[in-house]
Amino acid sequence: MTAALELKNVGKQFGSVIALSDVTMEVQAGTITCVLGDNGAGKSTLIKTLSGVHAPSSGEFLLEGSKISFNSPRDALARGIATVYQDLATIPLMSVWRNFFLGNEITKGWGPLSRLDVKKMKTLAKEELLRMGIDLRDTDQAIGTLSGGERQAVAIARAVYFGAKVLILDEPTSALGVRQSGIVLKYVLAAKERGVAVVFITHNPHHAFLVGDRFYLLNRGKMINDFQRETVELDELTRAMAGGAELEALTHEIQKVKLSEDESL
Amino acid sequence: MSSAIKDERVKKSTFLNKLLKRPEFGALLGAIAIFTLFSSFDTTGNFGQPGGIAGWTDIAAPIGIIAVFVALLMIGGEFDLSTGVMVGTSGLLTGMLVTELGLDIWSSIALVLVFALLVGFVNGWLVVKTGLPSFIVTLATFFVLRGANLAVTKEITGTVRVANTDEAPNFEQAEAIFASKIEILGSNFQITLFWWIALTLLATWVLTRTKFGNWIFASGGDANAARNAGVPVARTKIILFMMTSGAAALVGIMLVLRLKGMQAGQGVGMEFFYIIAAVVGGTLLTGGKGSAIGASIGAAVMGMAYIGIPFALWNSDWLFTFLGAILFIAVLINSFVGRTSTKGGKK
Repeated sequence: MTAALELKNVGKQFGSVIALSDVTMEVQAGTITCVLGDNGAGKSTLIKTLSGVHAPSSGEFLLEGSKISFNSPRDALARGIATVYQDLATIPLMSVWRNFFLGNEITKGWGPLSRLDVKKMKTLAKEELLRMGIDLRDTDQAIGTLSGGERQAVAIARAVYFGAKVLILDEPTSALGVRQSGIVLKYVLAAKERGVAVVFITHNPHHAFLVGDRFYLLNRGKMINDFQRETVELDELTRAMAGGAELEALTHEIQKVKLSEDESL
Repeated sequence: MSSAIKDERVKKSTFLNKLLKRPEFGALLGAIAIFTLFSSFDTTGNFGQPGGIAGWTDIAAPIGIIAVFVALLMIGGEFDLSTGVMVGTSGLLTGMLVTELGLDIWSSIALVLVFALLVGFVNGWLVVKTGLPSFIVTLATFFVLRGANLAVTKEITGTVRVANTDEAPNFEQAEAIFASKIEILGSNFQITLFWWIALTLLATWVLTRTKFGNWIFASGGDANAARNAGVPVARTKIILFMMTSGAAALVGIMLVLRLKGMQAGQGVGMEFFYIIAAVVGGTLLTGGKGSAIGASIGAAVMGMAYIGIPFALWNSDWLFTFLGAILFIAVLINSFVGRTSTKGGKK
């Protein structure tokens, strides 16, 4: 099966700084591929490379088997790669339906008389959100009045509705509580069920493990590990992500500090 | 959140509730209060009559025409401080094209509008490209134009004013469209009033019912999120600057046709009237929210104060103090209404 999205030995340099090197990964349609990494691992650069903000310095980028390059995020969006950014997904003061159709407004009438088909957009937004399992009271309310999880969910539903083949989620659960994270993860699964190739970028192995089919570990700009769902346990994932040995060393150090504190008491 | 039946969770919004949610509600309330105030203190018995209304709408219309577009620009997240001086620049330029180059009035008007759109484009382009606050960029434009108005006028005419613009070919045609009077109920209303109403309706339609209007709200609400959704934020903002500058030029043209000449200092200081009208009308200073009708109501309030204070035989020297107080009260009401009508956290 041809991967929806494939990176082959992709690298990105900013002057003398190597942000990504030799990154190879593939993302299948109808699956959730998690990219795990700690702060500074290169997650942001990877997202920006995937979504067309940065052009890769080296390597190949394949969309459904054919080699491509993007000039802008708009370009990537037109090819079916949608990105939902953590805080920059929706506009708080605008209504839900306006947010849903922002940049893809449905109009009626011709030429200078071309105007928004408000009724149609309201109906469609409501229906489509319901199809994703998001049941809103009123699509006329400002999206800022929704909870953080609901807002992410609307952004995901929007990307799916507008035909995203690849959906990139930038830390969708990082600013949320447990319950809200659960809501978002539910919609991430809903997107998968609808055949979208989801790239879930996060530093939280617990959330990744709940929904992921495949896990890539990113550290210092390199893919250091790659697990399949069937062959990995949460413990292993967490340890690998924190850099295994490093975490053990840290544990020892902390214990030593505690011991010496106990002795001095 | 599981029921599929919607109606049980949404109370049917009452008319009053809907009205409360509108951004221009505070301004409407204020306008009614101020109308009532000046009507009751009116010593001429004329304030609420057609003659009086013709008087204060004559003041309000030129303010309103520009304020409406300033409001759109502010909803789009930017400021323009060069609007007032642009009124002067375009009037002077029209006059000089007619008197110095001997152009006919229509070509002069067309050239001035093109010039104004160009100034707006430069404003917008500089803001978008440099990333500097529009407050600074247009403040610079304001001073550049202010100096040029005086220097160029003096250089060319030898005085500080342009006169005799009515000698231009076809002057009467243009005057009929931009600077005539229309009699209604025995009173002469300036044609600017009808331009003002038409442009308010047009701007409202653009803002709330077109794709471009959606982009205005989005650009001002959160430019980054808008860009991520595929909205051409830079283009939207540049067009808004051009529209604002164009509206200022239109008022300048109306003024030079009406006065048949113009002073070099015309319009300076008026830029804040437009901003105040927009803010009184419920436009958020930080962008993302507001209305064109609100800005027009704000302009009407100013017109009423201008005429109402002398009609009440109060000292007109206090006009600005009065307007300052109104601005403060209106913003206070707006933020209070805004808070109670859209319950729930913003972030």
